[in-house]
Amino acid sequence: MRHTASATHDLGRSQARAAWFFLVPALAAIAVFFAVPVVSGLLLSLTDFDIYALADLDNLRFVGLDNYRHLFHDPRFWTAMKNTLYFVVVGGPLSIAVSLSAALLIQSPLVALKGLFQTVFFLPVVTTLVAVAVVWRFLYHPAYGLLNRGLEWFGLGPIDWLGDPAWAMPAIILLAVWKNFGYNMIIFIAGLQSIPESLYEAARLDGAGRWAQFLHVTLPMLAPTFLFVTILTLIGYFQLFAEPYVMTGGGPADATLSIVLLMYEEGFRWWNMGYAAAVSFVLFVVILAVTLLQLRLRGLLTP
Amino acid sequence: MNARPLQLLIHLVLGVWLALTLVPLVWMVSASFMPSGQASQYPPHLLPGELSLGHYADLFSRLQLGRYLINSTLVAGSVTLISLVINSMAAYAFAKLRFGGREPLFRLLLAGLLIPAQVALLPLFLMLKHLGLVNTYAGVIIPGMASIFGIFLIRQYAFSLPDSLLDAARVDGAGEFLVYWSVFLPLCRPILVTLAIFTFMGTWNDFMWPLIVLTDDAMYTLPVALANLLGEHAQDVELMMAGAVLTVLPVTLLFLFLQKYYIRGITLGGVKE
Repeated sequence: MRHTASATHDLGRSQARAAWFFLVPALAAIAVFFAVPVVSGLLLSLTDFDIYALADLDNLRFVGLDNYRHLFHDPRFWTAMKNTLYFVVVGGPLSIAVSLSAALLIQSPLVALKGLFQTVFFLPVVTTLVAVAVVWRFLYHPAYGLLNRGLEWFGLGPIDWLGDPAWAMPAIILLAVWKNFGYNMIIFIAGLQSIPESLYEAARLDGAGRWAQFLHVTLPMLAPTFLFVTILTLIGYFQLFAEPYVMTGGGPADATLSIVLLMYEEGFRWWNMGYAAAVSFVLFVVILAVTLLQLRLRGLLTP
Repeated sequence: MNARPLQLLIHLVLGVWLALTLVPLVWMVSASFMPSGQASQYPPHLLPGELSLGHYADLFSRLQLGRYLINSTLVAGSVTLISLVINSMAAYAFAKLRFGGREPLFRLLLAGLLIPAQVALLPLFLMLKHLGLVNTYAGVIIPGMASIFGIFLIRQYAFSLPDSLLDAARVDGAGEFLVYWSVFLPLCRPILVTLAIFTFMGTWNDFMWPLIVLTDDAMYTLPVALANLLGEHAQDVELMMAGAVLTVLPVTLLFLFLQKYYIRGITLGGVKE
């Protein structure tokens, strides 16, 4: 008896030792190349790290919250924040609505060739963002672009998509929706498939039509999927970068300058790394606040 | 509404939608074969007047596209291999080994998912600069070596594997590494394939980090090279489209052949919540 107990004990100890052997590579990589940089980023944002400090660390000074103070008085920061929110608030819900519509259509029992539609709708997701942004840059060409050609048939346009400050962000949103809707569509399809058919049968017995079934069965049952998709999408959309970088460079007149693009420009073009770090932390706080707010909202909505 | 007209309507909507989704990609391929200047004509052409392979030849002979293809393949391949080993090791510990602090440690890792990667970029760059790794393959690969999401995905899958198989190997006297290597990994094959595709595509398509850490033209990955090419050749629409095709083609083919695994990864990470 004692013998077995001590054997299990030994086994437990040797398992614990083995566990650390398996964990060390991942934990070390995550600690050194993620956790440490995140914490240093916070410290960096409290310094005036710039191109002089890059050349010689003796030029580095601790400046407290100066970067944050400066940031809140920087009109470009507010422009970037406004543009990013525009992209998130319009592009996020739009892309989720498109994803859900696609999922509902494809999942309809009436549809043949579900696999084909699913694959094609998903195709933009796997393509390289930079490459398709290059393609869309030309689709948006005011004179030769296919988009204006299409509008022409309907007697509309021409629109200077990427040259007009009022249209540049909508153009980027359109590209983002096209590129991303397939991803959430797949998640919605899986969510739809997991709704038990018996719920629909019960609803039909109660005399519910298609629309009522959608409102009282599909939507409530999709709520967890919906929350997951919304959080993931908004987090992703807050990080807008490659689209404006490739298509507009943030222009015209800063109309598509996003927070991450501002961070990139300040940090890696002008080497104002202390300031850029402050920008990145404001982004982090905003994303965190929005995520927690949604989780809280969900807590309020589902008793 | 009757089922019949409704069915027609749904197919009509889906058909139009499908066509619109394909237009940018089809035009990209079509324009890449147009002779120079044809894509910048009014009214726009949908198909090349004559098939021209010149832009592809140009990309390889004059603009080192082969080099970028190799860089991208090397970087995405290395990240995939390294991260698969490192993540699966950690997942093995989290799912199949008992040790003190296992759950709190895992929750701590998950909390890290809330932090956007951009927050780490600036110090990471300074760190790698200090280590002399800026503008090296290692510099691009390092941040992708381990991923919290990857560990999470394998761990979730591993819970469904019966412990009895591992225990049987242990009773036979196999050490933990042997159990991991010859029992656990083969059992995890499906999820490893899924994760491998995810990682390869994600790294292949990644833009911001390679843009930051690669400073020398010869080291560029395809997306960085393409963005750079746009700076010099924005007027050569057909050439740019050929470059876009070559960038997109490998990952698209990978997806088309292995989409079953790829889609499973999304739903595993997505609906489990």
